[in-house]
Amino acid sequence: MNLTLRIWRQSGPDAPGAMTEYHVSGISPDMSFLEMLDTLNEELILRGDQPVAFDHDCREGICGACGMVINGQAHGPERTTTCQLHMRHFADGDTIDVEPWRAGAFPVVRDLVVDRSAFDRIIGSGGYITAPTGSAPEAHATPVPKDAADLAFEHAECIGCGACVAACPNGSAMLFTAAKVVHLNVLPQGAPERAGRARAMVEAMDAEGFGGCTNTGECATACPKGIPLTGISVLNREYLRGLR
Amino acid sequence: MALLTRAVRRPSTLATLWRSTVGKKAVMAVSGLVMLLYLVFHMLGNLKVFFGPGDLNGYAHWLRTLGEPLLHYGWFLWLARVVLLAAVVAHAVAAYQLSRRDAAARPQKYVHRRQRTSYATRTMRWGGVILGLFIVWHILDLTTLTVNPRGEEGHPYQNIVASFSTWYGGGIYCLAMLALGLHVRHGFWSAAQTLGANNPRRDRALKLTANATALLLTAGFLSVPVAVMTGVVR
Ligand code: HEM
Ligand code: SF4
Ligand code: FES
Repeated sequence: MNLTLRIWRQSGPDAPGAMTEYHVSGISPDMSFLEMLDTLNEELILRGDQPVAFDHDCREGICGACGMVINGQAHGPERTTTCQLHMRHFADGDTIDVEPWRAGAFPVVRDLVVDRSAFDRIIGSGGYITAPTGSAPEAHATPVPKDAADLAFEHAECIGCGACVAACPNGSAMLFTAAKVVHLNVLPQGAPERAGRARAMVEAMDAEGFGGCTNTGECATACPKGIPLTGISVLNREYLRGLR
Repeated sequence: MALLTRAVRRPSTLATLWRSTVGKKAVMAVSGLVMLLYLVFHMLGNLKVFFGPGDLNGYAHWLRTLGEPLLHYGWFLWLARVVLLAAVVAHAVAAYQLSRRDAAARPQKYVHRRQRTSYATRTMRWGGVILGLFIVWHILDLTTLTVNPRGEEGHPYQNIVASFSTWYGGGIYCLAMLALGLHVRHGFWSAAQTLGANNPRRDRALKLTANATALLLTAGFLSVPVAVMTGVVR
């Protein structure tokens, strides 16, 4: 496949950036999107140019490190992570626009790499449980109802990639925060901090400058892990409940 | 001692609500639902126009005597107006502040833009502004009678017919009611989501209820100007 890429290049956090055009050829439809970028970067390095910086780690869709907006869609046209997006979803001769996540709370570090430590601070404000560390607990010590286990598991799938923020027209982090709050609040292990968790995490989220939720549903559509939009309703309920 | 003298003042629940994005949205949801409840009764009341001037004008008079002798003549109406004014102000101020914040959360826009979200969802802000302007026009037209072509106090039936008989009176009203339908379509479901009443099992039913409410409300309101413009009501 021969492709035209228009990629956001920015040499540093305060440097101006611009979309820059590149041509790549000999791309196999079986390559992942990141492998396609690797191919481009090899050429750039051979030419003596700076390679395009992008985040990645596991390359198997579980770490949440990778992430870029491809043709205006977070993680591109398929509902998966960028590392699991394959070039067969594009056609020979396509022009593809690649941009970093855009949010004030996710400043660009370089090219397609953004600083997502705002998510870490939200987690630090309440996305944990208090438990003794050491040996693994007895599996039957804390019974978990099946419904609660299913709901918690569904929301625990969040990998913190930030696609929800990137896709939201308001740059809101509600789906991410909801995933964490629902995951922990429905489990008995999360019960001790339940009363204050949603409030603390929403306050941390607001302090980072993320936008508010207008229930557009763009986040859940973009989420590679299928975190449901109704999770946000549970977060709202837990928040209002905590104020009483 | 030092500890005791340091007064720990926690902000009130309302202040906490107003300061957070989730809480402010809850204020919007509650004020929106208050207005929606009012609109349902308002629409049903308007349908009295089809039973003639006696019925409608009698109903308008009854609204003023409602609650007597506990309330004085007209007090019920003023109570409703105060509640609605509070709701519309809270709703609009929260909408404005949240919208400002939302815009600031994405200082740099995407180069590659894409049409996102449904029409009803996309038009909440401008649709809301249209509704706000319509509310002003509507009060000037049929409450204060400032811009009404007939403007006869105590004769709402005749004033309604006079207003809707002009192209602009009927036109503005019809456009606003379409905007209202769209606003309620997204708004009702959104309010349920905001107040934490939604879940995967209820989602479909809530969306259906939102669509049905929006449709019935718009159809009911629209039937009056359409009836006047087609000569069914005159
Ligand atoms: C002053 C005029 C109005 C303005 C400026 C306005 C604006 C807005 C905005 C910006 C939203 C949030 C949109 C979103 O979530 O995407 C909203 C939501 C809503 N509006 Fe309005 N609106 C107005 C009048 C009304 C009226 C007359 C009703 C009564 C039917 C209403 C009912 C609602 C409801 C129920 C919501 C949902 C709240 C939520 O999402 O929790 N609004 N409005
Ligand atoms: S909710 Fe989905 S899109 Fe958002 S951070 Fe988690 S996995 Fe990524
Ligand atoms: S690199 Fe780990 S999810 Fe894509």
